[in-house]
Formats: sequence, C-alpha cells, structure tokens
Amino acid sequence: MSLLLAAPILIPLTAAVLCVLAWRHRTLQRGISIAGAAGLLASAVALFQQVSASGPVASQMGNWPAPFGITLVADTLACIMLLINGFLAVCIVLFSLGGIGQRREAGGYHALVHGMLAAVSGAFVTGDIFNLYVWFEVMLMASFVLMTLGGQRGQLEGATKYVTLSLISSMLFLSGVGVLYAVTGTLNMADLAVKFAAVENSALAVSLGLLFFVSFGIKAAVFPMFFWLPASYQTPPPVIAALFAGLLSKVGIYAIIRTFTLIFSHEPQMVYTIMLAVSGLTMVIGVFGAAVQTEIRRILAFHSVSQIGYMLMGLAVTGAAVADGLPGGSVAAGASASASTSAVNAAIPEFAVMALAGTVLFLVHHAIVKTNLFLVGGIVLKLRGTTVLARLGDLYLTRPWLAVLFMVTAMSLAGVPVATGFWAKLVLVRAGLAGGEWIIVAAALGTGVLTLYSMTKIWSEAFWKVTPDAADLAAAGQHPTDEAIDAADIGPRGVPIMMTVVAVMAVATVALGVLAGPCYRVAERAARELLEPQAYIRAVLGPTAGRPASASEPAPAAASAGGVPSQR
Amino acid sequence: MLLAITVGVLFTAAVYLLLRRSLLKLVLGLVLIGHAANLLIFSSVGVRRGRPPLIDEGQTALAAPYTDPLPPALILTAIVIGFAVTAFAIVLLRRAYQEIGSDDLDDMRATEQ
Amino acid sequence: MIIRSVILQSATRLLVPLLVLLSVAALLRGHNAPGGGFVGGLIAAAAVVLQAYSCGSPSARRLLVLDPRTYLGIGLLVAIISGLWAPLLHGQPVFTGVWGTFAVPAVGELKIGTPVTFDIGVYLTVLGVVASMALELLED
Repeated sequence: MSLLLAAPILIPLTAAVLCVLAWRHRTLQRGISIAGAAGLLASAVALFQQVSASGPVASQMGNWPAPFGITLVADTLACIMLLINGFLAVCIVLFSLGGIGQRREAGGYHALVHGMLAAVSGAFVTGDIFNLYVWFEVMLMASFVLMTLGGQRGQLEGATKYVTLSLISSMLFLSGVGVLYAVTGTLNMADLAVKFAAVENSALAVSLGLLFFVSFGIKAAVFPMFFWLPASYQTPPPVIAALFAGLLSKVGIYAIIRTFTLIFSHEPQMVYTIMLAVSGLTMVIGVFGAAVQTEIRRILAFHSVSQIGYMLMGLAVTGAAVADGLPGGSVAAGASASASTSAVNAAIPEFAVMALAGTVLFLVHHAIVKTNLFLVGGIVLKLRGTTVLARLGDLYLTRPWLAVLFMVTAMSLAGVPVATGFWAKLVLVRAGLAGGEWIIVAAALGTGVLTLYSMTKIWSEAFWKVTPDAADLAAAGQHPTDEAIDAADIGPRGVPIMMTVVAVMAVATVALGVLAGPCYRVAERAARELLEPQAYIRAVLGPTAGRPASASEPAPAAASAGGVPSQR
Repeated sequence: MLLAITVGVLFTAAVYLLLRRSLLKLVLGLVLIGHAANLLIFSSVGVRRGRPPLIDEGQTALAAPYTDPLPPALILTAIVIGFAVTAFAIVLLRRAYQEIGSDDLDDMRATEQ
Repeated sequence: MIIRSVILQSATRLLVPLLVLLSVAALLRGHNAPGGGFVGGLIAAAAVVLQAYSCGSPSARRLLVLDPRTYLGIGLLVAIISGLWAPLLHGQPVFTGVWGTFAVPAVGELKIGTPVTFDIGVYLTVLGVVASMALELLED
C-alpha cells in the first residue's frame, strides 16, 4: 500500500534522475522518459482500482504516526487527478518526440518534465499541508526552468511575471500555513479538519480561508490574479504550454477544492458569494480576453483562464448550498467533528453533490481538451513556423485530418453535445439552476457561446481561408518570427507521431463523453467523499478519529524527528 | 510584540519593493517577503527563552515547558526552498536584464498586445 | 572571473582540503548533532566555489572530477533508494528508517542506516546543485 501510494511520486522522480545521469544521450533519455510516463499512468490506474475497491487509503511516511509524520493519502478525487497526470504525461512525452526541438531537448527537457510530474503527483497525494507547500515549490521550480528553456526574450519576460506572482502566492500560502499551525497546532490535513472545526473565532476562520483562496487562486489564475497566465503561457513551445495548461492550473484548483472541503468546510455564506462572483468574472473576462486575440496560443491561454471559472463555479455552488443548510453557518458542514453522521448528510442537498461532481468532470474535461488544443497549436507551429492567425490558412486543404481533430476538440471545449465538455457544463448548469444561482448560470452559458466564437475564429482563419501571399503580408506589416521554435525544427518531420497523440486525445474526449454515465458516477463518488470526509479522516488518523479526546492532544516533539524528507 | 512589528515592517518593505519598477528591487522584495513569512511562522507559536526541545539524558520524553520545535523545522525547509528559488530568480532577472537592456519592468512589453 | 592573488591561491590550496574534510564531518555528525547533509553539501560546494574564484572554473571542474549534474543525479538516486529500502526489503512504509550494524576490520562496529544514506544523498544533491549553479554563473 505504501509503495502504491508513493509510486506516482517516485516513478517520475526516478525517471528525472536517470535522465539527468544520461545527460548527453538523447535516445536513452527519450526511452527513460516514455517508460517513466507509462509507469506513472500504470501506478495511477492501480491506485484508482485500489481506492475504488476499498475507499480512501493512506500511508504514513517513515512510519511516523499520523498527525506527526507526513501522510500520503488518496481518495477518489486524488486518484482521478493522478489518472489525468499519468495520461497527460504519456501524451506530452510522446508528442514532444516530434514537437520540442533539438536545442531545448538537449537542455534537460525530459528531466524537468518528470521532475514536474513527480511534484504534481506529490501535491495530489499528500495529506500534509506543509508538504503540499513543498510540492508546490518543487513544481514551480521545474516549471520556471521549463518556461525559460531556450531563453528567448519573450520567454524571459513571461517568466519574470510568472515567477514573481508565483513566489508571492507561495509566501501567502506559507504565511497561511504558519497562522493555521498557530491556531490548531497541527499540519496534517485530516487532523486540521477535526481541529479547525472547533475554532471559535469565525473572523479568523474567514480571513484564513480567504488567504488560502487568494494564494491558490493566483496559482489557478482566477479573476483578479490571472494576468500572469496569458503573458507567460504564450511564450514557451506549445507542448510546454500544453503541460502547464493541463496540469499546473489544475493543481491550484485541486488545492482550493481540497482545503475548502476538508479544512474550511464551515465558512459562512459570504465566502461562497465572493467565490461565485470570482468564478463568474473569471469566465467572462477570460473569454472576452480571448475574443480580441489573434494568435492561437494567446486565444487558448485566455480560454484557460475562462475555463478555470467553471471549475470554481461548481465548488462555490456546493459551498453556498452547504452553508445555506446550516443555521448561521456556525456548525461544521460535512464535517468530521460532529458525531451524528446522518444529520450532516441530511444537510447536504443533492444538487450540492452534483455541482461538485460537475467540477470534477470539468477538471478531467479541461485537462484533456485544453492540452489537446495547445498540441494542435504545436503542430501548426511546427508546420508553418507561426501561430499568428493572419499568416495562416489552407490547413483544411493541406491537413484535413488535423482540421477534423481540431474541430472535435474545439467543439468539446465549447460544449457541443456528446463530447466531455457538454456533460461537464450540463451538470454544472443544472446544479446551478437547482441552487437558484441564476446569474452564474447565465454567465456560464454566455461564456460557452463566446468560446464557440473564438474557436470558429481559429477555424476560419487558420484552416479555411486562403493563405495570404508574401506581398499581402509585407503590406500588412512585419510580424516577428516566432521564438518558441527554432528555424531548424520547422517542417513535417516528426508530425505523424504528434498527429497520433492529438488523435488519441480527441478520441478520449469523445469516448469519455459517450461514457458519460459511468464517468458521472465516479465523479459523484469523488464529490460525496469530499463532502463527507469521515472516510478520508479515518483512513489517515485511524478508526477512532474525530473523537474529542484525540483533538485536545498537544503536538509533541516527535513531529520534528529526523528522517522526514521534506525537512531537508 | 517586537517580532510582530518586525514581521509587519518586513511585509511592508517587501510590498513596497515589489511595487517598484526596477528589476533589482523586485528581487529584493521577493527575498524580504520570504523572510517575513518565515518570521511569521517563527512567531506564530510564541518564542520562549532557554527551553530547547531536547530530551534530557536518561529521560524518554520532553519535560513540560519546551519550545515547539516544528516551526523552526518548517522555516528550515522554507529557507532551503527560498534559497533555490532566489538563486533562480536572480539568474532569470539577470538574463532578462541582458536581453532587454533595461532595469525597468515597464520595458517588458513583448508579451502584452 | 578569477581573482589573481597569490595569497588567495596559497590559502586555497590549504583551505579546500580542510573544507572538504569539514563538510564530511558535518555530514556524519548531523544525525544527532547540528550538521547534516544539507549543510555538509553547502560547505563542500563552498570549497568548489573558492577553487573556482582563485584558480578559475576549469580547475574547479577538475577538482570535482565528475560533472556537477552527475552528483545531483547520484545523490537523488541514493536518496530514493534509501526511501525504498524499507518497503522493498522489510514491508514497512516508504522512508522508514532501517538500521544495521556491520563489523568493519580495523575500525570496529559501524552502525549505518537508511537515514544516513539519505543524508549522503542530500549531501551529493546539494553539492551538485550549488556547484553547477555557481560554475554556470561564473562561466557565463
């Protein structure tokens, strides 16, 4: 069990190390990289089966007992995230065989990707809030270097913004962890769920909750804090942007979901009103930003922001519903500390579960679809050496299959039926209607229409229209050459494998849409586990958890004993 | 009390530096905000004099009044991470400075439009 | 960048071996006393940086023998193996400390365990990271 939980971290980490040792051997690095990604996917599948069969599982690192050592824990949501991580890892690594370019591959690309994958897995399975901070930092370090790999001017500028905002958000997170420890005397998230519910000072609870919301919100790029994302995601090669769009912002959203269902589960209504407003504004502003852009990667980057709003919407609707059901918002929702499980269950309306399940579905949907769109952008860049819409054209004529795959994925993003996007949005909208949140539902539907507009813009400009000839372009003014690809790498070599990956992901979004029933049941199970975290807490703290006796114990010195890796 | 004021001053100074346009001040701001967060953790559980969390010879458990050893352990981790991140930030901003030829953040316009 | 100073160069010849010894001492006493892999690695990296400043970075690379990145890789590998030792051989959770005592000729009994090997891994990793960053900056 312990190995199975640690495998999603250790496999990519080992792959990263082996890639560093095989620094000068490109073929060897590629082999290690593919094997590592496949191993990550396999371990995620194994863990998912285990958790499906037996409920949340936990393991104490270094055999230090639960609230003191670092716990690894996986529930259904964590397993779903790990599956996404593994699937994207395999796709990205295979795609980059053709799409990254020699110079960047020699700069340690494979080692960095696997370092990042390991950290992302770590963030998903850790049960300790400080350990979450450590994984965030490891992930950021890897992503910083990936973003600047190649060292072009645009990359450096984008990275400057990204690094600054990320570090500020990390410091807010760290400060929050410090205050949380001062208030509760523990860092284990399951233990926090028990002890934080007992905190009397509601003003402190609200301000701490919002501090974490702001910190994770910067990482997830929600409304007022999203400016770094379009500035930085457009600069690196599309395959790296695809990895970031698919995974990095998901980690921020995952952290918001995890902390707000486990620790800050009894926030007053006001917090969720803020969250709803933020999610609506994120959707609308993001999609408007995309509407005025004329370059594929910028359009996609702004859409990433917009889609984050949907994920937040589900959580906000759920939270608002749960807070509604509780008199004055003072009793722990879904929580842990209360002994009467049945009474708590009665307080959670069905649409609250549905909204959270919608968020989970949307996470999966967006990870696949947005990654795939960036990868299509990567193929376009590889073929033509630019992704500026004005300079493109004729792709439907020359690459009909690419056009078909783009269309399928783009329609899925916009929420056209059958593919995953439709079901995810349907569930969210129905939950929103049931919850009476009319404004946010209107925003979600309007955003869907505008998304469709942006996608048809890419379609008609890049795929349909006739490529403008050189004279027209010269008349229209000079565009700088794209920095994300070296001139030597432009050309059709390596495109078949890239096309295969894009095709697999396009099939995945349709297939998951066709299998909407089973997918929804898994998402619903994840949502129920989140809203009734007793199983999670029992898995971490043992069967007696949640009794007041264990909650009043002071933190003894064992907490800092040696041999725990994060302390180095 | 003194610690609380220091934390406040550090945060203030960090925010001020971060809001300046100079790259150099940006780095200094990032360093200071890290120190502020670390000191916040340090002061979060209270500071006691002369109570190291060490188990005496022949004992198996700590005697009652001791300083909580966890915050220093957290800070140690945070410092190590901060060290790596700061080193990267300095290299990055130095490269950006060479590439752009200006210390002014307002000259970074390649990614806006 | 090289600081051409006879005094510094002569001092370096003396100081580098001392620093390396000190770093190993810090590493080994670190289990129960102040010190440890991180500090040890930093001290060793300081020796490399000192060598690079006084005699140039090629000479610092000769001092390291292997590429700094190799230290990083080997160090992480050692750390991962120490973490996997307990689950693979003893069926305990990842990173559980496993200790063993070996008789070493001429030294006596040597008590060694996975926390020590983990620390050695940290030492090598820190040395590799800091040395490679410093050397790259110097050569830039």
